[in-house]
Amino acid sequence: MTKEKKEERKFTTVSIPTPLFKKVEQRIKDTGFTSVSSYVAYVLREIITEEEEEEPFSEEDKERVKERLRALGYID
Amino acid sequence: MPTPHGGKLVSRTLTKQERKRALETASSLEKLNVPPAIASDAENIAKGVFSPLEGFMTREQLETVLHLMRLPDDTAWTMPILLDVSKEKAEKLDEGDDFTLYHNNQPLALLHLEEKYTFDKDELAKRTFGTLDLAHPGVTMIRNLGPTFLGGKITLINEPKTPYDKYKLEPMETRILFEEKGWKTVVGFQTRNPPHLGHEYVQKTALAFVDGVFVNPVIGKKKKGDFKDNVILEAYNTLMKNYYLKESIVMSILPFEMRYAGPKEAIFHAIVRKNFGCTHFIVGRDHAGVGNFYGPYDAQRIFENFPDLGISPLFFKSFFHCNRCGSVTNDKACPHDEKDHTNFSGTKIRKMLSQGQIPPKELMRPEVADVITRHVNPFVE
Repeated sequence: MTKEKKEERKFTTVSIPTPLFKKVEQRIKDTGFTSVSSYVAYVLREIITEEEEEEPFSEEDKERVKERLRALGYID
Repeated sequence: MPTPHGGKLVSRTLTKQERKRALETASSLEKLNVPPAIASDAENIAKGVFSPLEGFMTREQLETVLHLMRLPDDTAWTMPILLDVSKEKAEKLDEGDDFTLYHNNQPLALLHLEEKYTFDKDELAKRTFGTLDLAHPGVTMIRNLGPTFLGGKITLINEPKTPYDKYKLEPMETRILFEEKGWKTVVGFQTRNPPHLGHEYVQKTALAFVDGVFVNPVIGKKKKGDFKDNVILEAYNTLMKNYYLKESIVMSILPFEMRYAGPKEAIFHAIVRKNFGCTHFIVGRDHAGVGNFYGPYDAQRIFENFPDLGISPLFFKSFFHCNRCGSVTNDKACPHDEKDHTNFSGTKIRKMLSQGQIPPKELMRPEVADVITRHVNPFVE
């Protein structure tokens, strides 16, 4: 597979209005962001990161683990 | 408690009954002996330390990690986790088949081989370590890998044993432990050295903001001149016993071979501690660096690229002891001249200890120094 093909597989295009693109371009000047794309990806990742509900452990698992933790001296 | 990385704590271990069946199967499959570093990686995958990885990386996973620092589903990930084999061995293995990984003549895990592939080693080294310089131990390590990589999920059959298994906890256990202790916020501390006062100061500063400290020393193959694993553990036990509240600190080991990938490894270390249940992670000066390959604070700056990491880094500058302040401090807080400062130089402390000298109490707790100097040779030969 050529390098171009590989890159193509890892990125896709999203359209945003040109005035917004220009605003973002202005905003990222003198920041660590090297392109509008990298800034937009950063913002989107921030937005879509949501607290997910943690999967609880079963009571049986918890008791088994607590027994080991007690035996090792981690809990009384 | 943070959600495990990728949303779910991976478990590729077996029940007693399943293990019995797997052992029967394992003996009839093609065998592959693996070194300690691969055995540790397999154990870490199976127990969820490397969640969301369920196996050794396929080519697609490796490529997105190297190019984007992300897995194919966009989950942040920076370190290649690879299983390499010789060309001769690779020829005996077919994609789609299962075979058995062996370690120390014991069946370690089943590998469900999804893909075998080759990859340019220079590209792998350059994108992981940012250099092709053979003075970098990670580059040398990649050069020494076999030419073929095997990707696919694993199922752990036997845990690799260490002499320190009483200090080994898996993420499920630390998560339950933190909950049992009532810790809502936990800071992870990565280490491969016995503690000096600078380490203690960093941990205790962090403790002002969180409920508990999780000290997680890396155990495994080290460089010549590094402290031996038992010395690190004894030194931490002594420090914890004498200078910490039992309610505020927990230590367990991480069997893992350091790659010295600096910034990328700092992100990886943070992900691992998130899986253990930490909400925060301490990143100091030149974290996971080696020689002068990375800038002193590159490992802190890289976190700017990961707003979705799910664990908060706590950045610390270098600390030193100031004679005029009469305490440990740093250049943000201390107005005095450099001549009043004593730096926590690992090299200097190591040199003193190797000559049987006790470092001054401004650098290391006397009890800790005493434990280290009781060893005839506390260093890896």
